Amino acid sequence: MDTPSQLLQLLFTGLTLGSIYALIGLALVTTFNITGILNLAQGEFVTIGALLAISLYATGLPLAAAFIIAVLLVAALGGVLERCAIQTARQASALTLIIITLGLSIFLRGLALLVWGTETYSLPAFSEGGPLFIGGAAITPQSFWIFGLTALTLAGLYAFFELTYWGKAVKAAVLNRTAARLMGINPNRLSLLAFLASGALGAAAGIFIAPVTMTTYDMGFMLGVKGFVAAVIGGLNNIGGAVLGGILLGILESFSAGLISSGLKDAFAIIILIGVLLVRPQGIIGSLKERKI
Amino acid sequence: MKRSLRKSVMASLLILLLATSVLASGCGSSGDSDGEGVTGEEQYKIGAVLDISGKASSLGTPERDTLQMMVKQLNTQGGINGHQVDLTILDNKSDETEAVLAAKTLIEKDVLAVLGCSSSGPSMAMLNTVQNEKVPMISLAAASSIVEPVSERQWVFKTAQSDKVTVGKITNYLREQNINKVAFLYMNNAYGDGGRKAFSEAAKENNIEVLVEDKFEASDKDMTPQLTRVKASQAEALIIWAIPPSASIATKNFKDLGLTIPLIHSHGVGNQKFIDLAQGAAEGVILPIGKLTVAQQIPDTDPQKEVLQTYINNYTQKYGSPPDSFGGYAWDAFNLVVNAIEKAGPDRAAIRDELEKTQGFTGISGVFNISAQDHNGLDEESMVLVQIKDGKWQLLE
Amino acid sequence: MAFINKNHFWPGIILFLLIIPLITNSNYLLSILIIIGLYTIIVQGLGILMGYAGQISFGHAAFFGLGAYTVAILTTRFHSPTVLALLGAALLPGVIAALIGRPTLKLQELYLALATLGFGLLVHIGFTEGMELTGGPSGIAGIPYLSVGSFVFDSDIKFFYLVAGILILLSAGIKGLIESRVGRALRAIRESEHAAETAGIDTAALKLQAFIFSALLAGLAGGLYAYYITFISPSPFSFHASVQFVLMAVVGGLGTFVGPLLGAAMVVALGEFLRWAIPVVIPNAGGEYQIIFFGLILVVLMIFQPEGLGALGKRLKPATQKLPGEGYSTKIEAEKEGGL
Repeated sequence: MDTPSQLLQLLFTGLTLGSIYALIGLALVTTFNITGILNLAQGEFVTIGALLAISLYATGLPLAAAFIIAVLLVAALGGVLERCAIQTARQASALTLIIITLGLSIFLRGLALLVWGTETYSLPAFSEGGPLFIGGAAITPQSFWIFGLTALTLAGLYAFFELTYWGKAVKAAVLNRTAARLMGINPNRLSLLAFLASGALGAAAGIFIAPVTMTTYDMGFMLGVKGFVAAVIGGLNNIGGAVLGGILLGILESFSAGLISSGLKDAFAIIILIGVLLVRPQGIIGSLKERKI
Repeated sequence: MKRSLRKSVMASLLILLLATSVLASGCGSSGDSDGEGVTGEEQYKIGAVLDISGKASSLGTPERDTLQMMVKQLNTQGGINGHQVDLTILDNKSDETEAVLAAKTLIEKDVLAVLGCSSSGPSMAMLNTVQNEKVPMISLAAASSIVEPVSERQWVFKTAQSDKVTVGKITNYLREQNINKVAFLYMNNAYGDGGRKAFSEAAKENNIEVLVEDKFEASDKDMTPQLTRVKASQAEALIIWAIPPSASIATKNFKDLGLTIPLIHSHGVGNQKFIDLAQGAAEGVILPIGKLTVAQQIPDTDPQKEVLQTYINNYTQKYGSPPDSFGGYAWDAFNLVVNAIEKAGPDRAAIRDELEKTQGFTGISGVFNISAQDHNGLDEESMVLVQIKDGKWQLLE
Repeated sequence: MAFINKNHFWPGIILFLLIIPLITNSNYLLSILIIIGLYTIIVQGLGILMGYAGQISFGHAAFFGLGAYTVAILTTRFHSPTVLALLGAALLPGVIAALIGRPTLKLQELYLALATLGFGLLVHIGFTEGMELTGGPSGIAGIPYLSVGSFVFDSDIKFFYLVAGILILLSAGIKGLIESRVGRALRAIRESEHAAETAGIDTAALKLQAFIFSALLAGLAGGLYAYYITFISPSPFSFHASVQFVLMAVVGGLGTFVGPLLGAAMVVALGEFLRWAIPVVIPNAGGEYQIIFFGLILVVLMIFQPEGLGALGKRLKPATQKLPGEGYSTKIEAEKEGGL
């Protein structure tokens, strides 16, 4: 394998990984922007979505049906949790709310362990066929599915926030709760909507990545942290930032593992995270836009 | 209208949640543990600390199932010399501090011996407690350092083959095939690290050059970058020291990259799950493994054949799926300790002495010859090389 | 709380602690108390940082680990005297906290949480990657017992008294601290950093001092942990442990004096209790159920008693007096209203 194709290979891998992180980052950023809550249970939505789809698929349902049912169920789960746990503690401090989502993530992980056990599950790739070779570097068809979902999600969220009445309402509510209420927008309903959406998004992401990453009951945590880092690098208050941050993170990981040292690849990611936090806490994209204060 | 829809969605989901937990608890409670004292004789207490939840739970669960099955069998057959056996299994959540606390709990309960832990870290953490309290312990983990140096580990034994044994099997194969240049990838935890240490030593002795040595995290989702380095090197074979799922992901990435050199795994992938998860990419993979997985294929003359068949039949009958090598480690540990108690009676020091005298004990992981110098007692004979063909294990000559 | 014989409360607790080993010969009970004690030391520091200075840290397992590794490396690699190594275990994290504290503590809330989380992960990677020095993922075995002169802390009872003694000294010190000018200044920072600054308090310096102090304590606990278990590997010092410390601090109650002890005891005891209780109710259940219960209890507690267990007594106080947690939450709420 010559050097150019080696580099190309690392780039492909980085893009695939990066899209996975971006998807989770997107869900985190959506909830954060609407509710001000950093949902530490986001990774668990990903896991449970994937596991549900795998179980449904195993019962003989077509993949598409399994996908839709699993996404709906996890969205509902997100809604139930929001109503039961988040809404009842709405007045608590930010710290308390973070800890509540932490408790929820522990609870969900335990539930997944109870239902699915410790085994690893996998889904078949969405489309048949082996990897494509471009310039001597391989890329699997499933990667394209993941790219597609990321692009679609990004476009969908962008369209929602910029073009629809509800999206504008969300932005208004984030800027000023009281004003939003005066205009007849109910922040509580928005909060529910945010959790429904992040549940659905998390589940969809989980199902798309299952053929690549395999699924265990406890994979949500690490994915959640990576999505977290991606969102911060890009800027927590920016949808596009989450995608950019995710892809940067994926490429960084891939190149440092391939060229420098695998053991230190996570260290590089964290050093960048801390650097971004110290120098530009609003994230990379935050620099392009003025801060929304 | 909207509100009632939301409520019904919530209600149905709650019912679903409830149903799944009831279902799961129903499945879980089928196997009852602990033997009740039917006879008037005093019960013999044995304890086990296993990694039932947490990151090593895939090891601890089959071990727990095996132990529960065995204690039930033993007690219906009359126990040890007429004494029923009371087995307490505690979960250490794959956590080192919890393992120490659990070991102390068991020792307080006056157990005669402690089995466990499932993985190396918690086993190492428990060592000091059993040494101080003078309680025999049989670990089910791989790292050689658990029983070495024996002078500081008089009370500690283990049933899983040490890394050295497995590595020996691999280097023998490499020599036979005239392969002198290899790449070595390992999982960045105690298991992978143990494999790396043992392999780099053995490679030096056998003049095998390690061109690429690299690692990946257990939670990593793509090992293509590391494999890209292997592809760019002149390595004639790749050895991967890991357990699923990361071992399966690496194998898939290996095939996707179009690598064609021989791929050798460690015994950490010795379960059907590895093959299933790799989705065809495991074809042709070679690995050293205990004989349990290929019990049908080994010759009838093999001393372990009968023991293996019985264990497979019993386990399959009870749990509906064949056992894996981890369950086998628990089988060996349980029988070793039962045999020792049978000879020594309820006395911890005497049990330890008996364990050290174990010779020619035919278990699942091999034929144990434990001595004062070797508290594992297994050699390369305990393993065979297999290759994966058509999604099945095939004994390699 | 104030009227429930405050004067007898602490002597009572101390007496109780000292008598325990005499009425029980259970090493299991002692080791649980020792572990609770070690966690309490960490959470006391963290409690000062979070409850008084109002700064969160998701990276204290790193300081805990740095302390443990300092002891392990100094004693096994360099055969240093054990007391000296314990001193190093407290000092090294303190120095590191001083170095990273100044830039980090400028960050607000969530960003501080993320930066400390990053720091924790980074140190954890250091433990795993420091092959020759730290033993990599396999860790370091054979750590000697702590000894002072010819006295060796080699049994649970001796270790229990050591930890209990340290805790009592520490509690007395902290009580003095929070009732002093410094304590009032710290509380002022928590209520409003701006107001504190206008009142002439050097908030940056105070926050840094609280951070260093909490790192010192975590390091000390780490050193003691290494001497107690005598084997360490990177896994007890992961992000998971940092989260657990924060949980203990919050469950116990931020800004309350008994909070750290309550929180540590509650989290450890709950784990132990569930290990016993669940198999009795549901036979054959493993850790699965424990995890679920743990998550549920946490959520319920946070919803209905967000000030933590330590604040339970305060509910009895006249309503005119403001709860310490309240000013904090209103501030955040105000920030939220103001937008992002």
